[in-house]
Amino acid sequence: MDLLNLQTLTDMLGTSLRLSVPLIFAALGGVLSERSGVFNIALEGKILAGAFGAALGAFLFNDPFGGLLVGILFGMLAGSILAVLGVSLGVNQIVTGIAINLFVLGITAFLSRIVFGAQANTLRLPGFKPIDLPGLSSIPVIGPVLFRQDLMVYLMIALAILVFLFLYRTPWGLAVRAVGDNPAAADTAGIPVHGVRYGCVIAAGGLAAMGGSYIVLSQVFLFSEHMSAGKGFIALAAVILGRWHPLGALAACLLFGMFDALQLRLQFNYQDVPHQFFQMLPYLISILALVGLVGKPRPPAAIGRDYRREAK
Amino acid sequence: MTEYKLLLDDISKSFGATRANDRVTLAVRPGSVHAILGENGAGKSTLMNILYGLYRPDSGRILVDGREVEIHSPRDALDAGIGMVHQHFMLVTQLSVVENIVLGMKRLGLQLNLAAHSRALEELSQSFGFDIDPWAEVGKLSVGMQQRVEILKLLYHEADILILDEPTSVLTPGEIGPFFDLLRRLRDAGRTIILITHKLDEVMAIADRVTVMQDGKVKSELSTEEADTDMLAHLMVGREVMVRVRHPNRSPGATMLRLEKISVADARGLPALDVVSIDLRAGEVLGIAGVDGNGQAELARVIAGLVPAQSGRLLLEGVDITGAGVAERLQRFGIAYVPEDRHRDGLVLDASVAQNAVLRRYRSPPFARMGFFRPAMIRDHAQRLADSYSVRMQSVDQPIRFLSGGNQQKVILARELDGEPRVLVVAQPTKGLDVGAIEFVQSEIIAQRDRGVAVLYISTELEHLLDVADRVGVLYRGHLMDVLPAEDASAERVGLLMAGVAPQRAGAA
Amino acid sequence: MTRFLSLVFLLRGLLAVFAALLIGSVLILAAGADPLTAYGTLFQGAFLDYWGFATTLQIMSPLLLAGLAVVLPLRAGLFNIGAEGQIYIGALFATVIALYVPGLPGPLHILLCSFAGALGGALWALIPALLKAYRRINEIIVTLLLNFVALHFVSFMVGGPMMEPGAPYPYSPEIPESLFLPHLLPRTDAHAGVLVGVVIALVMFAVFHRGTFGFSLDTVARNPDAARYAGISVERHIIVAFLVAGAIAGLAGTFEVLGHRYRLFHAFSQGYGYDGIVVAFLAGLSPLLAIVSALFLAGLRAGASIMQRAVGIETTVIEAIQGLVILFVAVSLAFRYRATEVGRALRRRQEVERALDAESEERES
Repeated sequence: MDLLNLQTLTDMLGTSLRLSVPLIFAALGGVLSERSGVFNIALEGKILAGAFGAALGAFLFNDPFGGLLVGILFGMLAGSILAVLGVSLGVNQIVTGIAINLFVLGITAFLSRIVFGAQANTLRLPGFKPIDLPGLSSIPVIGPVLFRQDLMVYLMIALAILVFLFLYRTPWGLAVRAVGDNPAAADTAGIPVHGVRYGCVIAAGGLAAMGGSYIVLSQVFLFSEHMSAGKGFIALAAVILGRWHPLGALAACLLFGMFDALQLRLQFNYQDVPHQFFQMLPYLISILALVGLVGKPRPPAAIGRDYRREAK
Repeated sequence: MTEYKLLLDDISKSFGATRANDRVTLAVRPGSVHAILGENGAGKSTLMNILYGLYRPDSGRILVDGREVEIHSPRDALDAGIGMVHQHFMLVTQLSVVENIVLGMKRLGLQLNLAAHSRALEELSQSFGFDIDPWAEVGKLSVGMQQRVEILKLLYHEADILILDEPTSVLTPGEIGPFFDLLRRLRDAGRTIILITHKLDEVMAIADRVTVMQDGKVKSELSTEEADTDMLAHLMVGREVMVRVRHPNRSPGATMLRLEKISVADARGLPALDVVSIDLRAGEVLGIAGVDGNGQAELARVIAGLVPAQSGRLLLEGVDITGAGVAERLQRFGIAYVPEDRHRDGLVLDASVAQNAVLRRYRSPPFARMGFFRPAMIRDHAQRLADSYSVRMQSVDQPIRFLSGGNQQKVILARELDGEPRVLVVAQPTKGLDVGAIEFVQSEIIAQRDRGVAVLYISTELEHLLDVADRVGVLYRGHLMDVLPAEDASAERVGLLMAGVAPQRAGAA
Repeated sequence: MTRFLSLVFLLRGLLAVFAALLIGSVLILAAGADPLTAYGTLFQGAFLDYWGFATTLQIMSPLLLAGLAVVLPLRAGLFNIGAEGQIYIGALFATVIALYVPGLPGPLHILLCSFAGALGGALWALIPALLKAYRRINEIIVTLLLNFVALHFVSFMVGGPMMEPGAPYPYSPEIPESLFLPHLLPRTDAHAGVLVGVVIALVMFAVFHRGTFGFSLDTVARNPDAARYAGISVERHIIVAFLVAGAIAGLAGTFEVLGHRYRLFHAFSQGYGYDGIVVAFLAGLSPLLAIVSALFLAGLRAGASIMQRAVGIETTVIEAIQGLVILFVAVSLAFRYRATEVGRALRRRQEVERALDAESEERES
């Protein structure tokens, strides 16, 4: 295997980036919601909801933008369930998250049969096409990797920077971080704790759904049951590994994406080894990354905890 | 300008059956320090939480500068110029000073310009003689500094009515003087300060006027010039202050428990207890004083076996017990422990009184056999304990959550003293209890001492400590500063030690 | 009024099921069938038909065991979302013993297989337990990721080293007939695994209610600081809870091989481990009620294919209904909060009345 070959390297990096895009969208959502103190195991369900919404929208409007829009909408809907149950009603956020995952799993499996019927697996939905950024895309290696991507990838990069700026450079971001660490203190400072959490959780739904939309609209052009395949959980691991920082999470997702790409290449190169062996690698790597994490992670102090003002 | 900066008019608030505030009226003049004095549960905090929008009053109105204001949230209070420093600080410890201070400010715009704010902050803090680095992480500041951050926050938010809830409870005696100077500066700059306290000398030292509360009602309002401490004490307690009888022990026995150069690390790995050696004798009460957070918790927990000693040895009558676990120390060596925080450590609130009464022995006979409970044995035992300590409750099957603090404490005491311990470690046993319960707890501790038990009594409330202790040791930043005989332990001397001022002579326990 | 509310509180599982079936009927309508007929054939097929009921029992075995594997750690406040992976590894261990340890008498060999299966599940659960106890790594994420590792690892084993020669897709050779579990109903798939599940549920009930271990787990969950003070090692209880749960889930996988499929197939579990979460929460975390909720959910699955044949509704509708059940169970958990809110308001009302009484007495005197 000649990894040093320039073409192979470019291919590898390109594949790595593409495989990490859904993770990054989801992880950005995870960072946002967990920084506000809401544990977000529902990322998986939100990716799936987004994927289904994207397929449905693209199918109905015959247009990828319609798909993206419906996908985001579905993700935000799933996020709203978490917000209502986990924030307003004070139901355990983990239970709520698991419930949302299982609910989305079941309902999308059912609805996809109704909407797409027998053609579900043969359908080719309209998708996004790569856009060359003229000039930039001809830089060797970096050019094709970074500047010959489709709209969603550019959107992802923009959103990662935006989430970072939002959290660390705006008063609202400060409010989010305060709510996640000490809601009582934030409340005394006049910050609407539940309002902030609603905003973050619903936005997280939209972000994770964009990850699901990307899989459908840029990678496979169809919807299949359970297609999120644990990406939401890997994204959660990336959130921890990235220490609840948007750019840290992004780096962790890129790392996971790189291992996924490597795994695919190994599958291709060692065809006598059953491919399932390589398929388990991304999950294994995620666990090992969590275990090997240097130092103890410090999650937002109030994560998973319900906040009520009048405790008496 | 009206006569009163702030007027609380006829405020009432009930929680369930208790009337926490009963037609309270409070008038505060501008540019004054106004103390609200009362015992625990007199309704001071409820009143202030109403003023700050955390509770809604059942009836009554609030006027600022003569205009009626509606306060439904802390936001409304801040808008009306009212700021509050809670007893438990409302700071996000993970954020920097400047971030904490600008949090929740209006008109910050789209972009957060922390640099500009920190410059303004530095100017403000210098004008009042604070010395605070705006970029420091709040969690890394000392408690006294955190308190200043809280006050600075209110000033920066342009609050001109400052409510301070028991502000000196976190300070050493040495820090209190400068803190009062600061309050005077603020008052002279035109701010109005409301000071909630139960300490008489503080009222006399700093306040211009004082409102005394008892049982949710205003008992009296007067100028400090026409008051003295005896009079205030009488008003506050509502009966003659009891004359305390010291029960000095005549003959302490031999050393029961010996701590040899014990060190304990805290959660971050920093030394919480730094090479501490103590000899605790049978039949004595050794009091441990100190400002909260100077290693008292770790001292208690290392003796009870809840945290491992990093180095050093623990000897019980000469037997090395350093490696023994929690259960072994209680059951085999007779080390009983009444923890500081009843709700966090001492009880399982959702479990029944009976289960809590055997919490530390539930797996051993006669309460369990072959891994299964014998409920009748447990209930009988609990009932017996409850009877002998006159615990007020409906039944032993009731969740202990529904018992009063005093009765919960009785259950813990009954449980810990049941096995006739040789060593008794008690941490803050009177915290949050009413006067009657405090007397009960203290007389029980004296009774144990007279029975020959070696008692280690940890408290941050110096008055209570001096009531029962035969000797007083002082912890400061994990060091045992000195151990004094009770008769030498004046408040002034202990206060200096609590502030870390080393004693003239080298003391050993 | 309060009695009515506490009744609602008790029945919330039933209410959740009812609400889910109600919305499910909208889904069935959307798919173009009559909900009443559909549900009729489903429940008749699942519970009143000999063959259908046998299928229900057969599916109930893994569901109940997986449900119990979720219930136990939750008693100590831990989420075991890894039953799925523990099922796979348990099945793998059991199959290895079944295929490669020859010459044992049948019953002994079955016992050994079961032991191996339980051990496999327990070892798989030990990973998140150790990471949780000593490194404070979130057990939910670890168990979830391990599920995928287990799934692919078993696929790899039966697609490679253990693959039946010439098989069209990955599965192992058949286990010897002497290892087949006895059947509860003659000529059907209803194997004895479900009985083991019921026995474990009963034992668990006894331990939770009267056992010191149950109380220790409760205390760890309710107040870990008090647990330490009571001499309970929190770390050890985390590990034991996970080990036992993993062993139970491992048995679920074992019985799938020994009682139903007689081979190790890749991806055989079809999400039983996740269904176990639904079983556990629908039962309100009670091991006894888990028997009922596992029976009900197994019936849904067994009846689904009968319904599909009869009225032409895709079986995926059952997945949707099951998703709705767990969602409504989550909604019903908010009842606790609401109930206390209402309760508080009622108490206040009583106090107001008492106060009014006192006032009128004063006026009279």
